[in-house]
Amino acid sequence: MNPRGRPILLLLFLALLATPALIRRFGRPQAPAATTGSDSLARYGFRLVESARNAGLDFVHEAPTLDAKLAHIMPQVTAMGAAVSVVDFDRDGFADLYVTNSREGSSNRMFRNRGDGSFEDVAARLGLAALNAPEAGVSMGSLWGDLDNDGDEDLLLHRWGRQDLYRNDGERGFVRLDAGLPAWANVNTAALFDFDGDGRLDVFLGGYYPEQVNLWKLRDTKMMPESFEYAKNGGRKYLYRNLGGGRFEELSETLGLTSRRWALAAVAADLRGTGRPDLFIANDYGVSELFVNEGGRFREMGRETGVGYAPKSGMNASVGDVLNQGRLGIYVSNISEEGILLQGNNLWMPVGAADGLPKYENLATAMGIALGGWSFGAQFGDLNNDGFLDLYLVNGYVSASKDENYWYDYSKIAGGHEVVIADAKNWPPMGARSLAGYQAKKLWLNDGAGRFIDVAPMVGVADRHDGRAVVLADTRNRGVLDAIVANQRGPLLLYRNETAPGRDYIAFELQGSCRDDAGRAPCSNRSAIGARVELHWSGQLQVQEVSGGSGFCSQNQRRLHFGLGTDARLEKAVVRWPSGRIEELKAPEKNRVHRLTEPAA
Amino acid sequence: MTSEAVGAPRAASIPRAFGIDKRYLAPILVTIVLIAGQVSFAFLESWSRTFLAIATAIGVEMLLGRLFAGQWPHLASAYVSGISVGMLVRSPVFWPYALCSAISIVSKYVIRVDGRHIWNPSNLGIVAMLVLASDTVASLSVQWGNTLLPMVTVWCFGIVILRSLGRLHITLTYVASFVAFAALRSAVTGHAFLAEVAPITGPMYQLFIFFMITDPKTTVHGTRAQCLVAFLVAAVEAALRLLQFVHAPYYALFAVGPAANLIEIYVKRRAAARHGG
Repeated sequence: MNPRGRPILLLLFLALLATPALIRRFGRPQAPAATTGSDSLARYGFRLVESARNAGLDFVHEAPTLDAKLAHIMPQVTAMGAAVSVVDFDRDGFADLYVTNSREGSSNRMFRNRGDGSFEDVAARLGLAALNAPEAGVSMGSLWGDLDNDGDEDLLLHRWGRQDLYRNDGERGFVRLDAGLPAWANVNTAALFDFDGDGRLDVFLGGYYPEQVNLWKLRDTKMMPESFEYAKNGGRKYLYRNLGGGRFEELSETLGLTSRRWALAAVAADLRGTGRPDLFIANDYGVSELFVNEGGRFREMGRETGVGYAPKSGMNASVGDVLNQGRLGIYVSNISEEGILLQGNNLWMPVGAADGLPKYENLATAMGIALGGWSFGAQFGDLNNDGFLDLYLVNGYVSASKDENYWYDYSKIAGGHEVVIADAKNWPPMGARSLAGYQAKKLWLNDGAGRFIDVAPMVGVADRHDGRAVVLADTRNRGVLDAIVANQRGPLLLYRNETAPGRDYIAFELQGSCRDDAGRAPCSNRSAIGARVELHWSGQLQVQEVSGGSGFCSQNQRRLHFGLGTDARLEKAVVRWPSGRIEELKAPEKNRVHRLTEPAA
Repeated sequence: MTSEAVGAPRAASIPRAFGIDKRYLAPILVTIVLIAGQVSFAFLESWSRTFLAIATAIGVEMLLGRLFAGQWPHLASAYVSGISVGMLVRSPVFWPYALCSAISIVSKYVIRVDGRHIWNPSNLGIVAMLVLASDTVASLSVQWGNTLLPMVTVWCFGIVILRSLGRLHITLTYVASFVAFAALRSAVTGHAFLAEVAPITGPMYQLFIFFMITDPKTTVHGTRAQCLVAFLVAAVEAALRLLQFVHAPYYALFAVGPAANLIEIYVKRRAAARHGG
């Protein structure tokens, strides 16, 4: 070794060691800080004000108490169940909120929107409150859709327990249907979609824990995942074809939905431009799955499309035309904890296609939306009406002690072999420790050029609850999207949006032309789930699709909201109905909600 | 993780069992680990990141070897360091893979005592990243699927190769010590024994026990001393685990390995001085 080279080598070595600090200091784009509300309006074009209590949304989620054999890890095995979905159940033109609870004997809430900015709980009157009981299980989430095409929204309630459909009978409330759904399954995700194009909404249910597991009466403690990232011992999947008349036929095996991964989030959307919805499933403890719809049959093509390689802890599935290219990207949330586990969230962007299949690349890191925390629900929506979809992400798993955390013990067991990890009795006791608790939320603002910047604290999102479901809805019909967040063991939050003046929007409320559930296609399901609007304005293009559930245990307002920026010049809106019918609106009027009904055949 | 190629003669004995230069045995084994893990379970963050780590390690080794040691170095060591970094580092971005490899290789040329580098290069590189870039870097922490097959495969090849290299006793001492300390930790914490043993069944530990702690250039000489150091690494790791350090094995080797080397160097100097006197 040449001794004269040592000083140079030493300098080089020190420079290498200093590189991370330099990258932190100079390498990451930061949002310019706003210090006041008016400042955030000027800088970012909007601000959010938490207003749940003022609006009458007085709700705190409660978790269940499972079999005593799980007492030592109860906080983490009962870390889901806070869910929210948006529905206009009474057809008064205002978005109502259905919120699930999970303690045995607790009540779900139906917060009816009075139209004046306040809500009232009418769940008990409608028969939708007392739905959490040991014999039926406890709620994990809900979805809404007009399953019988009679003009009002019916409810799918999925539980750790019995899965139920409730028919909306208007003023008489809701009636539970004997639809043949599973009498017992541990379902943490669902989707309503018309997969076979018969004009009737079908039901997908994704199991988390295996269906033979009754979490209140465990036969043994071998009910945990067999692997942290390669588990295939989760619950089964169900696909119920709607036969009309309140009857359903289970076809998952026949049609190719056979995996036993631990499903936590599903979204149905037309990802291949076929006019039929494909089904994307984000699985915990494993890879995501993309079931492509081949004329009413499904084929899992995760690997072929690129989304099914790297196993992570999928907890969210939502879609959005992130770059205004007329193509939907898919956002999957995972776990990121500094220095311990950095899975990073995924933004699967279509970058090409071959043999009728899209090819996806994960661009989350490149776009700045990879690192959230222990992330759950996320939704795309244009919160500042600038013409680009922003992203609201909630984080936080178990917030308990502020001084002690469970990460060490969690990482110890997570790296173990299946005989160790799969048996709950091997898991170290959690006590009062937190696990990824008190985490900040992310509100990533899309700059339209491929970068997102977190502005959450600057625009008013400062809560540290354990977020689960987030939905976006225009709760006061003002042309702006508010955010509603359901927190595990925490309060329901309503972030009211104030958008800077001068920014335009346009919204579409769609109604399919089917008028009964006899399945006489061609007509579209009345909820228009699966309908797609392609909006052209001021040289821009954006696609949105009506969804029967997205995010984590949530469903946005089905009204499609497009921010347009300032001085927008509308060119056209092209509506593609689930029936395949195409309708074009020339220069639709901006700053209003367009209520469109599919023309009869 | 091995560093035997620095300054080593080009020619080496050829173990009869394999009929190849023994400096290629570690690269062969680590490649088997990589292929077994990736083909079975796609456990890499991505191929491109791993290639970046390998290319950086080899590139820096060639550059520094030529510029500062005056010769083109044997690249087996850099390959092993690079591939280890490519497997062990977890990051959603690319630069930590290159940086970790660069730190690992440069450390071999910078931190030297009596002509020896005293830290295992990739151990030092990964500890540096975990400490200095914890917001961007974690370590491989999950397992390979839910079958024992990949682990058994690695163990079969590992045992044969380490035996031919005369270093299997280090691995076995460490594993036995780890299991014993797991029992002790279980008694102290009240946690299930299997929970305490669980980490050693994961892929990170296979790399740790077959490559890091057996690195010829950064371990002491003599079978007994090597076994003692392996035991001490397990002991310090157990203490760190009781203090809930997630990356306890890296930190334990980071502390014990150089200390043992420095003691050995000190003893050799004393002996040389006595002989000289």
